[in-house]
Amino acid sequence: MACRPKLHYFNGRGRMESIRWLLAAAGIEFEEKFIESPEDLEKLRNDGSLMFQQVPMVEIDGMKLVQTRAILNYIATKYNLYGKDIKERALIDMYVEGVADLNEMILLFSICPPGEKDAKLALIKERTTKRYFPAFEKVLKSHGQDYLVGNKLSRADIHLVELLYYVEEIDSSLIANFPLLKALEARVSNLPTVKKFLQPGSQRKPPMDEKSLEEAKKIFKFK
Amino acid sequence: MAGKPKLHYFNGRGRMESTRWLLAAAGVEFEEKFIETPEDLENLQHDGSLMFQQVPMVEIDGMKLVQTRAILNYIATKYNLYGKDIKERALIDMYIEGVADLSELILHLVICPPGEKDAKLALIKERTTTRYFPAYEKVLKSHGQDYLVGNKLSRADIHLVELLYYVEEIDSSLIANFPLLKALKARVSNLPTVKKFLQPGSQRKPPMDEKSFEKAKKIFKIK
Repeated sequence: MACRPKLHYFNGRGRMESIRWLLAAAGIEFEEKFIESPEDLEKLRNDGSLMFQQVPMVEIDGMKLVQTRAILNYIATKYNLYGKDIKERALIDMYVEGVADLNEMILLFSICPPGEKDAKLALIKERTTKRYFPAFEKVLKSHGQDYLVGNKLSRADIHLVELLYYVEEIDSSLIANFPLLKALEARVSNLPTVKKFLQPGSQRKPPMDEKSLEEAKKIFKFK
Repeated sequence: MAGKPKLHYFNGRGRMESTRWLLAAAGVEFEEKFIETPEDLENLQHDGSLMFQQVPMVEIDGMKLVQTRAILNYIATKYNLYGKDIKERALIDMYIEGVADLSELILHLVICPPGEKDAKLALIKERTTTRYFPAYEKVLKSHGQDYLVGNKLSRADIHLVELLYYVEEIDSSLIANFPLLKALKARVSNLPTVKKFLQPGSQRKPPMDEKSFEKAKKIFKIK
């Protein structure tokens, strides 16, 4: 009995948001069970649902999958968003891991103490405009196709466009000199499934505010 | 023309060691070009060989692959060490991402300032014995088979056993209460390809000493 995937996480972006984007882009409806207190997390841990005592966890096809990449790899493969062969997968993996590196910096920036924010922000902007954006612009320029790999939508496009939205939130001028990235963002955003996900009322989560950061800190016990 | 894979990195474990282990375990001969000065790294960066200006980079099958996971995924798939289907891959991914998390803690221990070492070491020991080792012992116990997934050697076993060697270097008592992990370590270590790699004179790299640490800092411009 294949029902909808069920996502276990707190009510915020964190490490689950890329999974929400991928499922949504693939047109897959999913449920969410939000962890709202330390007790909710304890309960998941105590009933053996979390292999490493951590979330994200996604119940899908009879499995309780943890580890973001394991979850994303499964979804991408299942819904044919992972290239057509081993070489396309290699390119997709290379691109997706670059996106993950910049994303990680942005994630840590959102939860870092105020005193460290300026330095982190400067590094993010530098890496974005000097390392990551040029790399992806170069790929699109090299083949002139609509998508990063294999002339077909893949998870690489979805993860990258998600990242472009986060970068835009930080500083909308950073994408200025990258016309092909802008075009990719527009193209992917216009796909019916993505367009729907971008509209208010979808399961897409907003940036973390002070209040939800405090709440997450309590649940996950970090300072 | 399929030549041997060529690994570009400095002469040390770092983020390339898991790739060396995987190739060696798969019985694949490989070449290494060591980065010995900041200029060596710049040369690679300037000739466009490094998509994100970073190593590891592996030349394989006409590609210049960067990003450790992209490289490992490619090698594992090519040499049939990634499970037989999507569900086995999901389990393998889940297991290896847990290994990667603990490996990352150990990697950072090597490069962290002396003042922070004690706290980091305590965390590593705690995570090893209360989170990661119990999780893998439980998997092996649950099916009673010789390998983690699908009753067959996969990358999950290779990455885990590599990790077990690093944990042993830190504290050989940590594995004491995990008989199935000990058995897995012995079993995998006895496979002809792995046995050979474990012998002196192989391409396996030793732990970092003060001298090579200073050298790596210079090359990678870490403080």
